[in-house]
Amino acid sequence: MSLVDALTEPVEPNRNDTPISERGPAPLPIVVAFGFWLFLLSDIVLFSALFAAYAVLSGQTAGGPNGPQLFDRTNVLIETGCLLASSFTCGLCTLAIEARNRVGTYAWAAVTFALGVAFLALELSEFSRMIASGAGPTRSAFLSAFFTLVGTHGLHVTIGLAWLVTMMAQLATLGFHPMVVRRLLCFSLFWHALDIVWIGVFTIVYLGAH
Amino acid sequence: MAAQEEQHDKAPGGGGRGRGGVLMYATGFVFAIVLTLASFWAAGTHSVWQPGVPVLLAALAIGQMGVHVVFFFHISSGPDDTNNFLALAFGVFVVGLVIFGSMLIMSNLNANMMPMDRLMEMQR
Repeated sequence: MSLVDALTEPVEPNRNDTPISERGPAPLPIVVAFGFWLFLLSDIVLFSALFAAYAVLSGQTAGGPNGPQLFDRTNVLIETGCLLASSFTCGLCTLAIEARNRVGTYAWAAVTFALGVAFLALELSEFSRMIASGAGPTRSAFLSAFFTLVGTHGLHVTIGLAWLVTMMAQLATLGFHPMVVRRLLCFSLFWHALDIVWIGVFTIVYLGAH
Repeated sequence: MAAQEEQHDKAPGGGGRGRGGVLMYATGFVFAIVLTLASFWAAGTHSVWQPGVPVLLAALAIGQMGVHVVFFFHISSGPDDTNNFLALAFGVFVVGLVIFGSMLIMSNLNANMMPMDRLMEMQR
């Protein structure tokens, strides 16, 4: 190699040998994941509107019960633990998918599903306890905002669980078809995003209550 | 195919490589647990100056969201992550506008609102 060649050699040969205008579209898995990433960000923008509504209305209890009287922090800590652990097992499931390990995928997906169901059961028992004690969504603006925000997150978790079951059925019938793998990776992104929203929920709603 | 993929940005998530992948998720999990426990501790403690607690909670929450983005979504500021990172930056920008904009406007309206008894008198 001459000195001139050595000096003009690109630092990152794979990235720079074709100009960006001639590289063509990215492969499908990258396009799909990027599109889904954009959807998740727009979903988080939706949640930001609900967070803003809650922040504005959290003091408007209309003489009804306020946050500290209603919320049980131990319960919230267990819920958070379930969701965090399910995000971790979902990550392990992603690794099993990338290794095309069928048993590992089923096992970690089952653990993720069980932790998601545990989270949802705790949340629903909290909701039913609140509604039974007369603190339903119609009681005050604060409770309307609370049930809308936390309920929307719970609805996302429910949809995620249904999606996970669907994906396991597709994995059982189609195997590691590229389409199935793309969808599984989108599911894992969705599940991690729900965790990020939950961080906002437990900080602003449960720990920020005063 | 591999060479072709090298020329494009990588996908968010994914990208777990063997044992490094497990280590990545495990590190994120440990960080997330520590930050969560710190948040619950901060909310109940009296050893922190009380008006400072919301700021501490906000810092812990933002830190934990950052941990999730880095260790679970595998988003970095590297050159093969530009699109993902810019999309994220725009998302954070919009979320900030919506939340802080709403709170600012509503607190301003609240402060400028006529007291309710005077408003009732004027409507008579």
